Amino acid sequence: MSTNLPAPGRIRTGGLNPDQLFHLGSAVAGSFALTWMLFERILPVTSPLGFAVSWYALFLTMYAVISATTLDRVGVVDRVVGALVATAGAVLVAVLAGIVVFITIRGKGALAHTNFYTDTLALVGPDDGLTKGGIYSAMIGTFEQVALAILISVPVGIATAVYLNEVGGRLARTVRTVVHAMSAIPTIVAGLFIYAMFIIGFDLPHWLPLLGDRVSLPRSGFAASLALSVSMIPVVITTAEVVLRLVPNGLREASLALGTSRWQTVKGVVLPTARPGLITAVLLGIARVIGETSPVLLVAGYTNALNYDPFHGPQVSLPLFVFNLARQPFDVAIARAFGAAVVLLVLVVIFFATARILGGRAPGQVSARKQRRLSARLARRQLVEGNLL
Amino acid sequence: MTDTLTTPLPPLPTSAGTPATLSARNVGAWFGDHQVLEGVDLEMKAGQVTALIGPSGCGKSTFLRILNRMHELVPGASLSGEVLIDGDDIYAPTMPPIESRRRIGMVFQKANPFPTMSIHDNVLSGLKLAGKGFGKGRAAEAGDLVEHSLRSAGLWDEVRNRLGAPGGSLSGGQQQRLCIARALAVSPDVLLMDEPCSALDPTSTRRVEETIAAIAHEVTVVIVTHNMQQAQRVSDRCAFFLAAENQPGHIVEQGSTADIFENPRDERTSDYVNGRFG
Repeated sequence: MSTNLPAPGRIRTGGLNPDQLFHLGSAVAGSFALTWMLFERILPVTSPLGFAVSWYALFLTMYAVISATTLDRVGVVDRVVGALVATAGAVLVAVLAGIVVFITIRGKGALAHTNFYTDTLALVGPDDGLTKGGIYSAMIGTFEQVALAILISVPVGIATAVYLNEVGGRLARTVRTVVHAMSAIPTIVAGLFIYAMFIIGFDLPHWLPLLGDRVSLPRSGFAASLALSVSMIPVVITTAEVVLRLVPNGLREASLALGTSRWQTVKGVVLPTARPGLITAVLLGIARVIGETSPVLLVAGYTNALNYDPFHGPQVSLPLFVFNLARQPFDVAIARAFGAAVVLLVLVVIFFATARILGGRAPGQVSARKQRRLSARLARRQLVEGNLL
Repeated sequence: MTDTLTTPLPPLPTSAGTPATLSARNVGAWFGDHQVLEGVDLEMKAGQVTALIGPSGCGKSTFLRILNRMHELVPGASLSGEVLIDGDDIYAPTMPPIESRRRIGMVFQKANPFPTMSIHDNVLSGLKLAGKGFGKGRAAEAGDLVEHSLRSAGLWDEVRNRLGAPGGSLSGGQQQRLCIARALAVSPDVLLMDEPCSALDPTSTRRVEETIAAIAHEVTVVIVTHNMQQAQRVSDRCAFFLAAENQPGHIVEQGSTADIFENPRDERTSDYVNGRFG
């Protein structure tokens, strides 16, 4: 076979072709020029928003008209819809990037100091600069409250999803409706519920002497995690139920046909198979509550001091910290609020990345540790057999 | 490579199942109000291979699923009659369904190894899931059982060096044999097979048929198949099921495989086994 043949050039089938690029460029430039003329030379008013909207509308029109010179109607519609959809995507990314960049710039002053991460606002006065005080107590509060909310919501949520999907029956439909209704509860109502139920408390009937005569919690991190759980539980249930439904029925039958009980099948086959999806369910639940302020507002209390104990005394969390400091009339406080918002964002990202790495293994993959253990066992067996022969 | 079928199997580490006779008496089945089976009487003799044949929709899979209480898992399904395993009714209130299913194993049409488990763990899954797994100190026994089950299913030589690989990494035919090994590892007395080869290529089909021949002495096999040649090759006895427009599925004829194929008494049987319909 001859080796001197040049490698055949590959045909590019995707992306913009020169023709389309030219049309796009001319439409952008032409519409910009026309809009500029309208707003700067003809119309008596000028407004950045009006400029942007007119520019985009003119761009779409021009793009369609220019495309029509080479394409038929179907082709033109295809291009215009393509442009619209691409714009939607770009706007979304721009908004997200805008938020991140904006709060990072505003919080930059606070983020640059190490004391911001290791110190609390106790004993910090309004005249103190950014070199004093920080968000350590709020970070601890967020960790503890979210961890407690996970401890409450995940078992309840997954157990309910298992009930809905694996047990079912007539009652399941009612439970499902209640769960959907629960996910629509405004978070401030969840906060009010915990406030009215546990902070104000209620008298226990006298025939229950063992628990004391009154249920009443102080404002605390634990009360906050209860309020967060009200929002988190329905998210976990709804997502977990969908995930469990995706487990092939053949696996359940295979397990039952081996003579296992229903619970053994759920524990040994259904839940492990659904594990990556269940982790997503938990993540969505966390994402729902980690930045919540309103449920926490009424029941967590507020303090500048560091409080490790979520069960006693007020405990601040990052969203609550942001909410309180952003309202203060001092530049330093507002910078701290933005700094805390950046930290909250970063925490969410770290949270997601870790959970993805820990639990994101696709079903069917056996962990490296287990692989090694099994091959070691096999090697030993073969050695023994070899010696016997 | 030694032929798996001529290699003597190592002795079973646990008490092996003893082939049991399964008899169905006057079995009927419904999905909701729709009756799909009526008056089925069939004896599946211990240590023999019984094939259930018939066109699609005649209720043979439903009948098979009645034999190990899988039918009742379908919402709205109900049944009548009785199924006896060595004389004991598996539908008796005193007989837990778990116990019936352990004694009467099943291999499904679509291979369904557990995706989260290795080949090794898939074989042991019946014991592990039921909490009867081998503890840390009995790894050797577990290894023996895995090897025995995989050898019985004719898969050992292909997977012996990668027992830690996920069950889903095998080919379709290997996965089906893994499912057979998994079902054999709990030492059932009866093994039900619901069209085990319908999704397999001819080579894998041959391996599964060899497996059936090899295990027939230690377990009673009941197999549903659409493949007449397969029924002829693997079974000792045959039952021909048929459903008509206003008649639920029933057995038209049963007997030894030779009789059913060579001189059937019923004209419909003769038409079916000779490929004139269905």
